[in-house]
Amino acid sequence: MVVAGLVLSGCTVPSFGASPGDTTSSRSVFHLWQGFSIGAALIGGLVVVLVLWAVVRYRRRSERIPPQHQYHIPLELTYTIVPILIVLGLFAATMVVENKEVANPRTNVTIDVNAFQWGWKFTYPGTNAMVVGQTTQTPTMVMPVDTNVHINLTSSDVVHGFYVKAFNFSRYALPGVLNQFTLHALSTGTFFGQCTQLCGLYHSLMWFDVKVVTPAQYQAWLAAFHGPAASAAAAAASAAVRQQTSSITPTKPATSTGAG
Amino acid sequence: MKVEARFLLGLGLFFGVVGLVYWLWSGEDAGGVMLGAAMLLGFLPGSYYLYWSRRMAPRPEDDSTATPASGAGVVGTFPGSSIWPFTLGMGSFVTVLALVFGIWLLVPGLSLVAWALLGGVAESRRGGHV
Amino acid sequence: MVDVLERPLTRAEPPPEAHGPTGLLKWLTTTDHKVIGLSYTVTAVIMMVIGGAFAEIIRAQLASPNGTLVSLAQFNELFTMHGSVMIYLFAGPFAFGALANIIVPIQIGAPDMAFPRLNALSYWLYLTGSITMLSGFFTAGGAASFGWVGYAPLSNSLNTPGAGADLWIGGLLLTGFSAIFTGVNLVATIFYLRAPGMTMFRMPIFTWNLLVTAILILLAFPVLTAGLIMLYADRHFGTHIFSVAGGGVPVLWQHIFWFWGHPEVYILALPFFGMVTEIIAVFSRKPVFGYRGMIFATISIAALSLGVWAHHMFTTGVVLLPFFSMMSLLIAVPTGIKIFNWIGTMWRGEVWFSAAMLMALGFLVTFLVGGLTGVYLASPPLDFFTHDTYFVVAHFHSVVMALVMAAMAGLYYWGPKFTGYLLNETIGKVQFWFLFVGTQVFTLPLYLVGLRGMPRRIAVYPHDPQWQFLNDLSSVGAVLIGISTLVFVANLVYSWKKYPAGDNPWDAQTLEWFTTSPPPHHNFYRLPPIRSERPTWDYNHPEHRSVPHGPSDRGSA
Repeated sequence: MVVAGLVLSGCTVPSFGASPGDTTSSRSVFHLWQGFSIGAALIGGLVVVLVLWAVVRYRRRSERIPPQHQYHIPLELTYTIVPILIVLGLFAATMVVENKEVANPRTNVTIDVNAFQWGWKFTYPGTNAMVVGQTTQTPTMVMPVDTNVHINLTSSDVVHGFYVKAFNFSRYALPGVLNQFTLHALSTGTFFGQCTQLCGLYHSLMWFDVKVVTPAQYQAWLAAFHGPAASAAAAAASAAVRQQTSSITPTKPATSTGAG
Repeated sequence: MKVEARFLLGLGLFFGVVGLVYWLWSGEDAGGVMLGAAMLLGFLPGSYYLYWSRRMAPRPEDDSTATPASGAGVVGTFPGSSIWPFTLGMGSFVTVLALVFGIWLLVPGLSLVAWALLGGVAESRRGGHV
Repeated sequence: MVDVLERPLTRAEPPPEAHGPTGLLKWLTTTDHKVIGLSYTVTAVIMMVIGGAFAEIIRAQLASPNGTLVSLAQFNELFTMHGSVMIYLFAGPFAFGALANIIVPIQIGAPDMAFPRLNALSYWLYLTGSITMLSGFFTAGGAASFGWVGYAPLSNSLNTPGAGADLWIGGLLLTGFSAIFTGVNLVATIFYLRAPGMTMFRMPIFTWNLLVTAILILLAFPVLTAGLIMLYADRHFGTHIFSVAGGGVPVLWQHIFWFWGHPEVYILALPFFGMVTEIIAVFSRKPVFGYRGMIFATISIAALSLGVWAHHMFTTGVVLLPFFSMMSLLIAVPTGIKIFNWIGTMWRGEVWFSAAMLMALGFLVTFLVGGLTGVYLASPPLDFFTHDTYFVVAHFHSVVMALVMAAMAGLYYWGPKFTGYLLNETIGKVQFWFLFVGTQVFTLPLYLVGLRGMPRRIAVYPHDPQWQFLNDLSSVGAVLIGISTLVFVANLVYSWKKYPAGDNPWDAQTLEWFTTSPPPHHNFYRLPPIRSERPTWDYNHPEHRSVPHGPSDRGSA
């Protein structure tokens, strides 16, 4: 409960190396991180103090044989039951954040993200917009700010990892599985993303950018894909991609929602 | 023997319960099957030990008041040295290399394995020889 | 030759000594658990040096963002083989094949392992398996390059063709069977060959931990072996178990692999926990605090460890998050009990800072860091955030480097028993400080660079001064760890047959210190009466038996 309380009010506590990030989820994950870190610091600190005290205070000074006590049942029960309570608290805090993070609220903007060796394809269903790029030509996923953006994540070949540091979030792109999640960015900017799951030779270079823009800029960006020139370019790009990615379509509508 | 039996049966029971909860909750089969197999690995030897713990004479190692003299007698027979484990190991090595370098390696590999198994068994029956 | 063994009572003359061939043939034909254990120890330490050399190359490559020391392909081979060598060929065999093989039978008063020839076979399978896996470097396509976890479908014949991957599978089949045979042997030995009076609840914690480890081996390793056969069938026989195209399920590999992989973590760790428990008790001159609680904690860890495999798969989006989160968090409880019991053992003791004890204390602190960061990873939202970043790498390197310290503690503590000679204490302490400081300098920056977003298994990274600084710091730590290994080798050379140990140089407590150093062919000339888990201590200090407080030991005088 202490932890849960800290999670809710955790703005003045130290960051413990992490950062709040740019989405609603990343902020709550950050607060959970702070809560866990406070618990870890307290318990770790206690153990270190006890160890240091034991080795300094009870270092060997003589050939004396100390009293041979072996059990202290109340003490042993204490350090069994207290950790169980702490664990239950951590689990409760985890569930609160997790349920928020994996919820799939109704959204107007959907982006299909397809990972392949070694690049990314971002398509926007219902529009002509499509961005493809691999290794050195870092592709950019454009999404609107302050909007629930629904992501459909798939893989064309091996397992990849969709990871944006600023979102404090990653998810595997699995062949044969449609992974879904929702992003809700809170401010505009460009954020670095990278494949995190080893996927072969150019894994190190499988980069992408996420560009969060205002809804107006987003609509303007989408509109740029309309018109004959743009659709021809898009068709060509799409054909090029189809050549290099296998034609496996996701079959199993797997879930990233709730306990799925 | 009772402690050993309870230890294994307890583990089997735990895996059984966890496996059932997991399988009913997740509906995911692979984990359910593997936890079920883990339950069997607790129950099968556990029941064997329970069966024998009720039928065999109490052993000095389970008797908290036993002295070294209570265990007087033969502990068992132990081979002093044997070439067959090495032969069997090399046979297995060549057999596994057949998976990589070509099926023909199975001929020497499995021959060595068979020779080592026969040799080892014969050694045990004969009472042992290097 | 076969020895028909009788119980060692007090004998006037020693029992018949080892007979049979000598020289190389002796090594090839031995079935003595001490010789096999020594072979295991030497082989495992060589594997540690090889895996460590890979690590040094990796750290050198990552010292700058665009390192050019190795190519992308070579880098993939290096970290794959670094992980594989360290997990499959060093940590595991060292944990349950090396010291366990030597010490467990003596600790329970047995003349040998229950199946000596099977024990020898385990060693030969381990040695040939190691050679098989490493020989991948000498094939045209190079060694395996899909990570030590071999995720499908990256590990199929389309994405990773070549003999290196098949040699990796073959090596794992051999070492897997080696582990299974060792597991069978340990269980049979502990169940059937204990000395009179050595009841289950009088076995030393090290032996208890090895019993639980052996059960875990039997539960987990067959699953890995089955998975490897499926993987091989996918690669060569045209099956589609793990490929979407033929109706297979790639995630199934992850389920199978981690159903073995997480228990494997405890198969590695529990023997070292046991070593540390014994060492802390001996060098504090006290019994293990909470002996029974310690055993139940070990059993709980083992039982829970089979129900947590999918916390490695939280980000797949297809596993039951709350179940695995709860089970994983619960493992922290028995682990915490162990840590507090270790402190309780030192409390009001007489702590002697020998090299072995320093290593054990180094283990305690380093493992604390690894354990606490493990709790974060049991929480799915925090795992989404840190999965496959260097935070995870740092977490498990804190844990395994703690185990390396425990392994060193074990060598300093038990080495004199099976060689007859002590190692130099001063050089040992120098080695400890290099190892301990090096480990912290190596791991702590990796936590931070992981939190700043650096993924694992990348050979080049974006130009970022912070990332580079943290990586450089970590590389310095890796160099310090490398130096500590050299100091250890120097100590072996310097102390060679210099300091005769005597039977019980540490005033230790368990049965192995009752016999000679090194022990005779079948271990004992005579046995003391066994009335607690500390027969040697009770024999040497009859007026200082443990104070029965709480559940009294039945029948203890």
